[in-house]
Amino acid sequence: MIKIKSHEELNTLQKNFEDGIKNEPVRILVCAGTGCQASGSLKVWEKMCELAKDTKISVEFAPEVAHDHNHPAVHKSGCLGFCEQGPLVRIEPLGVLYTKVKPEDCEEIFEKTVKQNEVVNRLLYKNKITGEECFNQSEIPFYKGQTRVVLKTCGTIDPESIEEAIAAGEYQALAKALFTMTQDEVIKTVLDSKLRGRGGGGFVAGKKWQQVAGQPEKIRYVVCNGDEGDPGAFMDCSIMEGDPHRMIEGMIIAAYAVGAQEGYIYVRAEYPLAVKRLTNAIKQATEYGLLGDNILGSGFSFRLNINRGAGAFVCGEGSALTASIEGKRGMPRVKPPRTVEQGLFGKPTVLNNVETYANVPQIILSGADWYRSIGTENSPGTKTFALTGAVRNTGLVEVPFGITPREIIFNIGGGIRDDKKFKAVQIGGPSGGCLTEKQLDEPLDFDSVKKLGVIVGSGGLVVMDESTCMVEVARFFMEFTHRESCGKCVPCREGTLRMLEILERIVAGQGEMEDIDKLRTLADLIIHTALCGLGKSAPLPVVSTLNSFLDEYIEHIQNKKCPAHVCQKLKQYIIDKEKCKSCSKCARGCPVQAISGAPKVPYEIDQDKCIKCGACMAACPFKAIYVA
Amino acid sequence: MLDESFYSKADEILNRYPAQERSLIPIIHEIQETYNYVPVELLPYVAKHIGITETKAYSVASFYERFSFEPKGKFIIRVCDGTACHVRQSLPVLERLRSELGLSEKKHTTDDMLFTVETVSCLGACSLAPALMVNEHVHPAMTPDKATALVKELREEAAKS
Ligand SMILES: Cc1cc2nc3c(=O)[nH]c(=O)nc-3n(C[C@H](O)[C@H](O)[C@H](O)COP(=O)(O)O)c2cc1C
Ligand code: SF4
Ligand code: FES
Repeated sequence: MIKIKSHEELNTLQKNFEDGIKNEPVRILVCAGTGCQASGSLKVWEKMCELAKDTKISVEFAPEVAHDHNHPAVHKSGCLGFCEQGPLVRIEPLGVLYTKVKPEDCEEIFEKTVKQNEVVNRLLYKNKITGEECFNQSEIPFYKGQTRVVLKTCGTIDPESIEEAIAAGEYQALAKALFTMTQDEVIKTVLDSKLRGRGGGGFVAGKKWQQVAGQPEKIRYVVCNGDEGDPGAFMDCSIMEGDPHRMIEGMIIAAYAVGAQEGYIYVRAEYPLAVKRLTNAIKQATEYGLLGDNILGSGFSFRLNINRGAGAFVCGEGSALTASIEGKRGMPRVKPPRTVEQGLFGKPTVLNNVETYANVPQIILSGADWYRSIGTENSPGTKTFALTGAVRNTGLVEVPFGITPREIIFNIGGGIRDDKKFKAVQIGGPSGGCLTEKQLDEPLDFDSVKKLGVIVGSGGLVVMDESTCMVEVARFFMEFTHRESCGKCVPCREGTLRMLEILERIVAGQGEMEDIDKLRTLADLIIHTALCGLGKSAPLPVVSTLNSFLDEYIEHIQNKKCPAHVCQKLKQYIIDKEKCKSCSKCARGCPVQAISGAPKVPYEIDQDKCIKCGACMAACPFKAIYVA
Repeated sequence: MLDESFYSKADEILNRYPAQERSLIPIIHEIQETYNYVPVELLPYVAKHIGITETKAYSVASFYERFSFEPKGKFIIRVCDGTACHVRQSLPVLERLRSELGLSEKKHTTDDMLFTVETVSCLGACSLAPALMVNEHVHPAMTPDKATALVKELREEAAKS
């Protein structure tokens, strides 16, 4: 491979690669993100390749080799976001999107769509409400409300091919920065764009860059936070897997702007595919001279390394993350000094989130004014969210800041699954809280949601319906943060344990009314005294549910009832006298002999003896046992 | 005492990294990938090589949840109990796996060293909740019955090889 030595050479190469793609008469893009792979997309990809081979069709996109212009090409693509409908297959130039494709469907797709440009109707997405068939992405409601900036090329190119990334215009922003802008101009553009960190805090990215650039110490680092610890969120995962070059380009631009020589990407170990794609992307970029010494012949050099996390949530916190890269226990430290002054290896460090970096190239290319035209005044741009839980359409969505939660859940998400009732949406994961029906029409941006007592956070949106118990949700998050507390400071280590114990009592029906005050007092204490963000925000899910769902807490405490019938210990198993056929299967299944009865007499459960294990319900052949 | 082969394997891994403190975590990762666990006896060896104390190497290795000093099974099943999976009923899946395999919250690995069952807090497949991962392969939209079928399938796979 030849190293690219100037902006002109990059342009020529881009044109060549673009022509290469244009010359593919048909492009078959099989989504190969974590979600679609889990649903079996690699088998679909293999089958497509096989079919292509059988008909003597060239499969791989090989830019150096002259193209045979009569053959279609099969590619893996990055995550299209609509993971629930996967495996997804897109066929260009027709533009049709097929959902839930199985290897058995490939032959028909080949015969009809690839060879004759005909649509296989049964594989089209059907609007869940109107039943209408949707031909391509723009007709599917899930995509209609989205604005894809960061995810622009995610899903349309092969993330394992830098040639496709270059053809799509990636690394042009880097060339623009290196050859036409001074370091200060890059920083100024990012500052003017008001790009705010997407990792949770919403700190203005340009400010960090400016502070690092202004340090007397000349050895500097650029670090990317790909730890994505929020359980229930996978935005950064999709970006790293689906379009790794965009994020890497953002990091190189940051390095140029602040004069850093070396960078690190810290990725969760639970994302093996992201690690693989990033490793590959770095290798390719280095081979092309886009990383390493004398990038694009500009004289600027930058090396990039990957570090894998090892299953500690707290390592997402800046100082813990840098400690982990240094080979230490991932524990936060007292600040100041701040990361921009003394970060990785004690040197000035820019630490930004995956999505923050992925925003940078387009800002450099299209300018700060363009960027500020999207989103709201103080939260410009878009945000990716992982929409999950009880909505009809789950997946990865990108929307402009300022959109309302209602639009996301009901327009893009298609409303609540199984026609149940909306109850709350959890935003910001273990450091966030929930929004209720009343708050669904408030704009979603960094500052507005703060007023509602929650945070935008990294972008997890878990929708909950009437069958979710909010006290149980609070307990769930508290268990998470308690388990993940690094133990360095007492308020977090002990405080989260005390709160967890109280919540466990309440969901077991042993709570007392004072517990509510105790929870509030503890929450207040931890929020104000813990050392790092993990501890400071750990009580927020509890505070938020206490504020919005106090009645549910009271039900659990005073009436020993779980209104959503979720809390195991508060469930009552009851035998429907009408349906019971006195077969005695339940009584034989009960491990504590709590059920009695006789032939022809309906059986009955002794609630005092019952341990709520549910064995009887599973054993009943007549579905005569229900939970109240 | 560990067999000599462990040390020569360790050497192979050590040679790929600079002899510095910051290589510790990547090295432990590779050791764990090689053996499915971290033989604790190797830590002093690694520590000496990269110039840190034994206690330090131990304190780091034990801090991270992913590193295990106990041998794990051939199939490591990580059941996601992240928020998205939790609200979509991941616990019944976990319970079924444990009861199928005779495991519990305390006992994670079967005696025949075939299965290890653990929980993890998000696999990045939240829109296909509840999800679990067998070694590096994600299985979507799990149910207790699918979990039973999965165990059967994995047993057959193990019998074949
Ligand atoms: C406990 C804890 C966990 C965090 N986890 C993450 C994470 O997984 N990803 C992330 O980007 N930021 C995380 N953060 C925020 C980082 O500390 C930091 O603010 C962020 O990476 C800065 O990048 P940004 O300004 O681009 O958002 C976490 C913070 C805390 C306190
Ligand atoms: S707040 Fe919790 S996680 Fe943060 S330093 Fe203290 S103990 Fe560790
Ligand atoms: S919450 Fe289970 S995969 Fe994310």
